[in-house]
Amino acid sequence: MTLSMAGALNRGLADALEADDRVLVFGEDVGPLGGVFRVTDGLTARFGEKRVFDTPLAESGIVGTAIGMAMNGLRPVVEMQFDAFAYPAFEQITSHLAKLRNRTRGKVELPVVVRIPYGGGIGGVEHHCDSSEMYYTHTPGLRVVTPGTPEDAYHLLRASIDSPDPVIFLEPKRLYWAKSEVDFAAGVPMDRAVVRRTGSDVTLIAYGPMVQVALETADAAREEGWDAEVVDLRTLSPFDDETVAASVRKTGRAVVVHEASGFCGYGAEVAARLNERCFHHLHAPILRVTGYDIPYPPPKLEEHHLPNVDRVLDAIARLQWDDEVIGVA
Amino acid sequence: MTTVTSAERALLPTDEPLALLSAAGELVADPALPMPADEVLLDLHRKMVLGRRFDAQATALTKQGRLAVYPSSRGQEACEVGAVAALEERDWLFPTYRDSVALVTRGVDPVETLTLLQGGWHLGYDPYEHRVGPQCTPLATNTLHAVGVAHAARFKGEDSVALVLLGDGATSEGDTHEALNFAGVWQAPVIFLVQNNGYAISVPMSKQNAAPSLAHKGIGYGVPSVLVDGNDPAAVYAVVRDAVRAAREGGGPTLIEARTYRIEAHTNADDANRYRDPSEVAYWLGRDPLDRIEAYLRSRGLLDDTRRDAVLAEAEAFASKVRDGMNAEVAADPADLFRHVYAEPTPALREQAAQLAEELR
Ligand SMILES: Cc1ncc(C[n+]2csc(CCOP(=O)(O)OP(=O)(O)O)c2C)c(N)n1
Repeated sequence: MTLSMAGALNRGLADALEADDRVLVFGEDVGPLGGVFRVTDGLTARFGEKRVFDTPLAESGIVGTAIGMAMNGLRPVVEMQFDAFAYPAFEQITSHLAKLRNRTRGKVELPVVVRIPYGGGIGGVEHHCDSSEMYYTHTPGLRVVTPGTPEDAYHLLRASIDSPDPVIFLEPKRLYWAKSEVDFAAGVPMDRAVVRRTGSDVTLIAYGPMVQVALETADAAREEGWDAEVVDLRTLSPFDDETVAASVRKTGRAVVVHEASGFCGYGAEVAARLNERCFHHLHAPILRVTGYDIPYPPPKLEEHHLPNVDRVLDAIARLQWDDEVIGVA
Repeated sequence: MTTVTSAERALLPTDEPLALLSAAGELVADPALPMPADEVLLDLHRKMVLGRRFDAQATALTKQGRLAVYPSSRGQEACEVGAVAALEERDWLFPTYRDSVALVTRGVDPVETLTLLQGGWHLGYDPYEHRVGPQCTPLATNTLHAVGVAHAARFKGEDSVALVLLGDGATSEGDTHEALNFAGVWQAPVIFLVQNNGYAISVPMSKQNAAPSLAHKGIGYGVPSVLVDGNDPAAVYAVVRDAVRAAREGGGPTLIEARTYRIEAHTNADDANRYRDPSEVAYWLGRDPLDRIEAYLRSRGLLDDTRRDAVLAEAEAFASKVRDGMNAEVAADPADLFRHVYAEPTPALREQAAQLAEELR
C-alpha cells in the first residue's frame, strides 16, 4: 500500500489503539483537528474521547501526567506539537521519564512514547524547525527513534509503543508528505540500522530527514565514479554499532550527515565510535556534514543552512582517494 | 459555607464582563468604569480601522505567498488597540505572534512587524525603539520576560510598566503561573492581558480551564483580576488604563481576562471548520468591536460619513504602504547566518561563514 509518512503514522497509531486498550493518545490539537500535521486524523472519531483527546496547552503537564498514567498501567503516546515546544517538558523527560526505572531499581516501568515532529526544510518560522535529537540521545534511559521512510515509520512506531522503555519518537517534518510503499507484514526491529543502498567506496550515514539527501547523493556520486553505501540509522539511541561498523570496515570511508548543528552533535558520537572500532580500516578521516553552529535560520535562509547533495558530494571529494599515498590497504 | 472575605473579594473579577458599550453600541446602564474622553474614543476608532485594514492586507499577502504564515486577529481589535492605547511611550509591550495589530498601533513599522512572518529574519524591529518585546512564539514565555522588565524598571527607579499579551491557551503553561506568582510576590508593575478568543488552535475553553473564569486565576497568586468585554474598546481601554495607573503608583500587577473571539482560523494554514460551528462565528460577527464603537460615536454625533471616509482613506493608504513594502524583494544575505550568534563571531563561525561564501561563489 502506498502511504505518506503521516498516513503511515496514523495507521500505526490506529492499529496500536486497536490492538491494546491500554494505549492512549493525547496532546494539543490531536483530537477533532487530527493534529496540525493530521497524524492523529480520525482517531477520536474512531476510538472515542477517552482514548484520544486534547489536553490543556502545557507540555510539562502532558509528559508529567503521561508518566503517572504509565506508572499506573497505561501506555500513553503523547504528541509535542513542534520540536522547540517540547522544551517546557524537558524537565519531565530528562529527570523523570528517563530515570524512573533506574531510580526504582526496575520497579517502575514507563512505556511512554513522546512523538515530536522535528527538523526543518518546510519553510517554518522560528521554533518550528529545531533538530533536538542530541538533547535526548545524551540522556541515558531514553530510546530515540527517527524513521526515514513511511514503512519504517509504521513499524518503528508500533515497536516504540510496545517498548517497555520510554521512547522519544522524532518525526522528520519534511518527510511527512513523502509517499512510498508500506508492507505492513514486513516488521522492522527497533535498535537496528539498515543499509538502504549498498556500495563499496564510502559509507554515508544518515537518519530521518537526511536519508533522502544521502540516497540522492549516492546517485550523484555514482556519476563521479564513487560507489556510495547509505546506512539509515533509524534508532539513534541505542546505537547499532554492528551494522554501521561493518559497513565502514567494508568501504573504509565515512561521511555522517545531519541537519542539527555539528558542534557536540550526533555526528561527533558516530565518528568517535567508528574511530574506536574501525581505525585500521579507515582510508581517510571521518567527515561530518551538518547544519552550521547557529540558531535555526528564518525560512528565506534555511536552504543555506541545511545539508544538501552538493555539500555531501564535496565531503566525499575531500576524502583521501589516493590509497598509494596514504599507504593504507 | 465558606464566606469570601473582603480582601479576597478585592482580588476577584466580577461575575459578568465589565462593559461600557452594549453589542449594539449603546451605553450600558450603571457602568462600573469611567467612559474614556471623546478624543480617546475617536482615536481608538481610527486605530481599529487601520488595524483591521492591516490585518486584511496581511491575510491577502499570505495568498500571494508573500508571508510564510499569518495569524489573523480580526475581531480582536478592541483588545489589540484598546490595550496599547492605554500605554504611555515609556511603557513596555510584550506581544505574541497574533498581536501584529497591537504592534502597528504601538507605532512599529508595519513591514518590520511582518518580517518574522515573512521569513526574512526572526524579528524585524528594534525592541528598544518602541519598547516592544519580540513577538513570542513559544507560548507564555513572554509573561516572565514582562515581569522581569517591569521589576527592573522599578529597581532602576523608573515608573514605566509592562503589558504582556497572551491567549487563553497560554494560561495553561507553567510559565504563566510562575509569572503571576513572581509578579504577585514582587508587586511588579505588570499587566497580564489574556485575550480569551475561545480557542487554542482547535482546543476550546472547556478543555483548557475549569475555573469560573481565567481571571479567577489571579486570586491564588494575590493578583487582582478583572473580567472585561473584549469586544468593547472603551471598556478594554478603561480597565487597562486603570491597571497601568495602579501599577505605576506601586499597586503591583493586574490580571485582565478580555472575552473576545477569533473570527478567522488560527492561521491561514488552519481549517477551523474541523472544530467549530459556523453559527458561532456568525454570532460573534454580530458583536463586532468596530461596529460597536462606530454605532456609539455616531449616536453621539462624534462620527459622520465624512470623518469615517477620511479614516478609511487613511487605512487604504496605510495598506498600500504595507503592500509596497512587502512587494519589495528582500535581499536575504547568507552571511547574516553567522552574524549576531555571539557578540563577536567565534573562530569556528568565521570558518563556516568562509566555507559558505566559497560554496556560493
Ligand atoms: C510552548 C508552545 N506549545 C505549543 C505551541 C504551538 N501553538 C501555537 S499557537 C497555539 C495555540 C495558542 O492558543 P492561545 O494561547 O489561546 O492563543 P491564540 O492563538 O488563540 O491567540 C499552539 C498550541 C507553541 N507555540 N508554544
